[in-house]
Amino acid sequence: MKAEASVKEQTATKTGADLLVESLIEQGVDTLFGYPGGAVLPIYDAIYRAEGSFDHVLPRHEQGAIHAAEGYARVANRAGVVIGTSGPGATNLVTGIADAMMDSIPLVVFTGQVAKGVIGTDAFQESDIMGITTPITKHNYQVQNIEELPRIVKEAFHIATTGRPGPVVVDIPKDISSEVYAKDVIHHFHLPGYQPTLKPNPLQITKLHEALTQAKKPVILTGSGIIHAGASEELRTFVRNYEIPVVSTLLGLGSYPGSDRLSLGMGGMHGTYAANMALYECDLLINIGARFDDRLTGNLKHFAPSAKVAHVDIDPAEIGKNVPTSIPIVSDAKAALKALNNKEVTSLDHKEWLDKSWARKADYPLWYHQKDEDIVPQWLVKKVYDYTRGEAVVTTDVGQHQMWAAQYYHFDEPNRWVTSGGLGTMGYGFPAAIGAQLADMESTCVAIVGDGGFQMTLQELSVLQERGLPVKVIIVNNQALGMVRQWQEKFYDGRFSSSIIDTQPDFVKLAESYQIPGYFIDSPKTLEEVLPDILADDKPAVVDCRVLQSENVYPMIAPGKGLHEMIGVKP
Amino acid sequence: MKRIVTAIVHNRSGVLNRVTGLLAKRQFNIESISVGRTETEGVSKMTFVVDVEDNRKLEQLTKQLNKQIDVLKVSDITDNAIVARELALVKVISNPQIRSEIQGIIEPFRATIIDVSKESITVQVTGKSDKVDALIELLRPYGVKELARTGLTAFKRGNQPQQAEVKSYSLLN
Repeated sequence: MKAEASVKEQTATKTGADLLVESLIEQGVDTLFGYPGGAVLPIYDAIYRAEGSFDHVLPRHEQGAIHAAEGYARVANRAGVVIGTSGPGATNLVTGIADAMMDSIPLVVFTGQVAKGVIGTDAFQESDIMGITTPITKHNYQVQNIEELPRIVKEAFHIATTGRPGPVVVDIPKDISSEVYAKDVIHHFHLPGYQPTLKPNPLQITKLHEALTQAKKPVILTGSGIIHAGASEELRTFVRNYEIPVVSTLLGLGSYPGSDRLSLGMGGMHGTYAANMALYECDLLINIGARFDDRLTGNLKHFAPSAKVAHVDIDPAEIGKNVPTSIPIVSDAKAALKALNNKEVTSLDHKEWLDKSWARKADYPLWYHQKDEDIVPQWLVKKVYDYTRGEAVVTTDVGQHQMWAAQYYHFDEPNRWVTSGGLGTMGYGFPAAIGAQLADMESTCVAIVGDGGFQMTLQELSVLQERGLPVKVIIVNNQALGMVRQWQEKFYDGRFSSSIIDTQPDFVKLAESYQIPGYFIDSPKTLEEVLPDILADDKPAVVDCRVLQSENVYPMIAPGKGLHEMIGVKP
Repeated sequence: MKRIVTAIVHNRSGVLNRVTGLLAKRQFNIESISVGRTETEGVSKMTFVVDVEDNRKLEQLTKQLNKQIDVLKVSDITDNAIVARELALVKVISNPQIRSEIQGIIEPFRATIIDVSKESITVQVTGKSDKVDALIELLRPYGVKELARTGLTAFKRGNQPQQAEVKSYSLLN
C-alpha cells in the first residue's frame, strides 16, 4: 500500500519514460541491451536519471544488442530486454526478433516510435514496426495512452516468459515517453485470450505410461522445451528409472548429459548414426519439448515409420504439425515429467534395444582424419572441449563450425549451449557470447564462430574492450563459407560460387586495435601450446585459427533423404 | 475442402492484420472473410470461409489462430447446425422494358431492387452462398455492371442435434 501511494505521489512530475523505467525495475530487470536515437531520447534520459538501476550495455549495432539479449536470456533463463530507436534502429532488430521467435527465446523489445500525431505520414525515422514484426513476434503492442504503459510492460514480460517463450515488441511513440504523467495508471492485467496449458491431462500421462511399459524399442527425443521448463532433473530421473536411450535436437543439447551412456547424441541432418537409427527403428518415440523440425526429421516419410509417437509440448499447435501423434500431451515439460515420474516404475523388456543402440554408438562414432600439419576443425572443437573440461558456455553462428561444436562439445548441463537453430543466423555467436558472459560471469564463455559469421558482427569487439569481458572468440577460419562450400561440393558439382573468401583481415591486428589480445594459430602444435592458457585466463581473446578448408561435416542426411539414408557414417 | 471457421477476437487495432497475416504466412486460402462487432463491447467476430487440403491443415489453422493473444475463441462450425448468410449487391444493366423480367427472376430468391437508374438496377440478395451464386448466374446474361459480396457470416443454431460421439483432442487420432 505504502509503495503504491508513493508511486502515485512521485509520478505527478514524471514522464512516460520514467514509468517505463519503474516498470522495468519492478520486473527485476538488471541488464538492458540498447542503442539510443531520436525517438528514445526521453527513455535514455530516464535511464540516465535512474543511474545504478540497470547495467545498460551499448553494442555498436542494434543487431549486436538483440543477439546479446538472446544469449543473456538463454543462459540466465529469463527475459532479455532490448531498446532500440524508431525506423532503422527498430528494423536492425528484426533479424534478432525472428531468431528469438524461431528458437522460443523470451525477449521484451522496446522500440521508439515517432510521435502519435505524425504516425502514418512517413515522418523522419518512421517505420511500421508493428506491421513488420507482427508475423515474427509472440505478440506486439503500440502504446496508445500513457496510462496503459505499466500494464503493457507487465503483459509483455508475462507473455514473453510464460507458455512457449518468445519475443514481444512494445512500440512507444515519443510523445508518450515524454508526456508528463499526472493520472492514475493501470497496473493489473487480464489476458483471456492467453491461458497456456501448463499441467498435463492425467489420462494422457497414463496412456503414455502404458505405452512405455509395452515398448520394446523406446527412445526419448529431447528438445529445448526441457531447458525452458528447467526440467533437466526430472528428465534424468525419468531416463534413469526406465533406462531409455536419449536423442537430442540441436537446441535440446545439455538438457540430458551428453557424455552419459544413455545419450546417443544429436539426431538429424548431421546427427550421429546411432541417434538417427534409434529414431528410425524405435517403436515408441517420446518427444519432450521438440518441434520435429525438418533438419531433425529428414524426409517425413521415413521418420520413425513404425513408432507410436508421444509428444509433450506446451504449444498445442506443434503437436501433429509435422508428425502424426497418437499420444498428445499439452503441458509444461517439467509438470509432464513429474507426473510420469509419479507413476509406478516397471522395468522394460528392452535389453536387446539398448545393446543394439550402444553397439551402434561404439561402432559408428563421429570420425575425422587427424593431420600433423593442418588443424582439423573437429579436432579444434574437441580441444576446446578438453581444455574447458566441458564446462564452458559455448555460442556459435550457423554452419559447419556450429555442427562440429554440437557434435564434439558434449554438454552435461542445460543453459550452456547458445546457438541459432531455427533461423540459422550468421553473426549470432559473438554478440550472443557477450550476453551469455554477462549472465554468467563465473563461467568461461567461448564463441566458436566462422570467419564469415564473425565478420557480420565483429564491431561488438568494442564491448569487450570497454568492459574487459573475458569472452574467448575462436574463429574456425577455413577462409570459406564452409556449409555453402560443402553443399556446392556435394550438390552443385564443385562450383564454388561466392563461397571462398581468400581475402581476410588480419584478425590479430584487428583485435589489437580494440586492445584485445589476438592470436594466430595454424598448426596443431601451436594450438596445443597456446590455447590452454588463452582459455584459462580472465582476459578476452580473439583466436584466428586456420583450419583445413576441405573438411566437410559428416555424417549427413542429404536433402530429401530419410534418417536411415545417412552418408559418411564411416571414414 | 471448404470450412467455415469463426473467431471471437478482441476489437483492437491490428487484429485483422494479425489474423489474415497469420493465414497468409501459413499458406491458407481465405475464400471470404467478414468482421463485425458482437453483443459484447470490445469484442468482434470474424467468419472465414477457408479452403484447406485436409483435416491436419485444418487443425493447424485453428490452433495457430488460437495462439494469437487477441483471439479469444476459434470454432469450426462447418459440421454443426448453423445459420449462414451473406449479402450481395448486383448492379445489372437494364432498361424499363426488361426491368419486370428481372423482377420475375429475383422474386423466388426473395431479393429486392434497392436502386434504379436509367440504365441499371441494383439488386440486393441475402442467403447462403450457393443461393447468391445462383442468382448472380441468372442475372449475368443481362450484363452485371458491378458486384459486391460481403462474405459469409454464420453462427450455430440455438438447438444442436445430439452428437453421436465426442471428438477427441487431436483430429489425427
